[in-house]
Amino acid sequence: MFSIQTFLDAFVPLAWAARYTLLVSCLGIALGLVIGVVVCAMRLSGSRLARGIGALWVSFLRGVPLLVQLLLMFYLLPVIGIDVPPLVAAVVTVGICASAYISEIWRGAIGALPGGQTEAAQAIGMGPATIWRRIILPQAVVMSLPALVNELILLVKASSLVSVVGILELTRASQAQAATTFRPLEVYLAAACIYLAINLCLAALGRWLEHRMAI
Amino acid sequence: MELSVLQQYGPMLLRGFGITVFCWLAGTVLSMALGLMIALAQRYGPRWLNWLLRAYIEVIRGTPFLVQLFVLYYGGPLVGLRLDALPAGLLGLTVYGSPYFAEIFRSGFGAVPHGQIEAARAVGIPEPSIVRRILLPLALVSALPALVNFSIILTKETVILSIITVPELMYQTQRMSTETFRYLEANFVLALFFWGLVETISRLGRRLEARVTRHIERG
Repeated sequence: MFSIQTFLDAFVPLAWAARYTLLVSCLGIALGLVIGVVVCAMRLSGSRLARGIGALWVSFLRGVPLLVQLLLMFYLLPVIGIDVPPLVAAVVTVGICASAYISEIWRGAIGALPGGQTEAAQAIGMGPATIWRRIILPQAVVMSLPALVNELILLVKASSLVSVVGILELTRASQAQAATTFRPLEVYLAAACIYLAINLCLAALGRWLEHRMAI
Repeated sequence: MELSVLQQYGPMLLRGFGITVFCWLAGTVLSMALGLMIALAQRYGPRWLNWLLRAYIEVIRGTPFLVQLFVLYYGGPLVGLRLDALPAGLLGLTVYGSPYFAEIFRSGFGAVPHGQIEAARAVGIPEPSIVRRILLPLALVSALPALVNFSIILTKETVILSIITVPELMYQTQRMSTETFRYLEANFVLALFFWGLVETISRLGRRLEARVTRHIERG
């Protein structure tokens, strides 16, 4: 039968392991933001080649399951002679995957900006780089904040997949805990509660941001 | 990859592909049906049921699919729910997808002009007929892009079933690569395959959308 004691006991070690879940998702979204800007700029650029590469990047990363991407990366890295710790490889894969979604979020936000702003900036003689840095990005980033928080929630859930390649985050830790206590139901439910707590906090943050932006 | 490898593993991969497609189709249909029932229950049910379903939606949407599968497959037997991998995977997909579909249907219902429902009530159409003939058709048209979109997301979620040993395509590919030591090639082909599948489905989805909404375009 369901043992409350085991359920409660599981929380401390699992919450401690959840720091890797947060690490992978936060670093993943940070990397995704950086690559996402580049991909977004490529997709909006005048060069047909850059647009093509950007579109291919987004289409591939959104078309292939993250689990397959993770395994692909883990088998690809040794072949091309790159030797990095698994955690780094996992964060890079999650970040690359997130970049495709984030670039689309930003493309939408930039599309919603009034076109007159860019024209006005051009008229007073700003170069493309300056226009991006001082006009487009500051507004697009602020506008897309709620969507980015949503993406972070998705990443927290997606980070459970890096357990497959051996990162000892929340899901992997609960597998180990379930194996040693022989109580999978209690342990996995405790893990689910921790994920839920993280995501409810993030969702509240998202609502707060959305509320602030509406004013 | 040598031809003999494909000859040897071809049938196995084909079977895996069949199970992937089956899981995706059955999972989509079942979770869409459950989602629709949830959305209808939220609209017409009593308030306590609404709260209960709201909690269900938040819990399922706030937890990873993998953890839900673990609870179901490894935790289930403790409370007497003993399922094989495939039924557990299907049940998992249904539960996982239903809240997303419920939210899509809910926003679809919201997009139906209220005047239409009021007009139907005014001319005395009974409530079940209003749902079937006015609310649902209108809501489905406006919800179609989101429905197609989430169905595509579900194709990608099916690979997670391999972790609880459902013998779908990813599982079979991993088995093949551990036996032939061709990890990179196998995963690369798998990635290309899913890319192609998702692109095809989204093309078909866009065509379906264009067809269903053509009266709006012309109007």
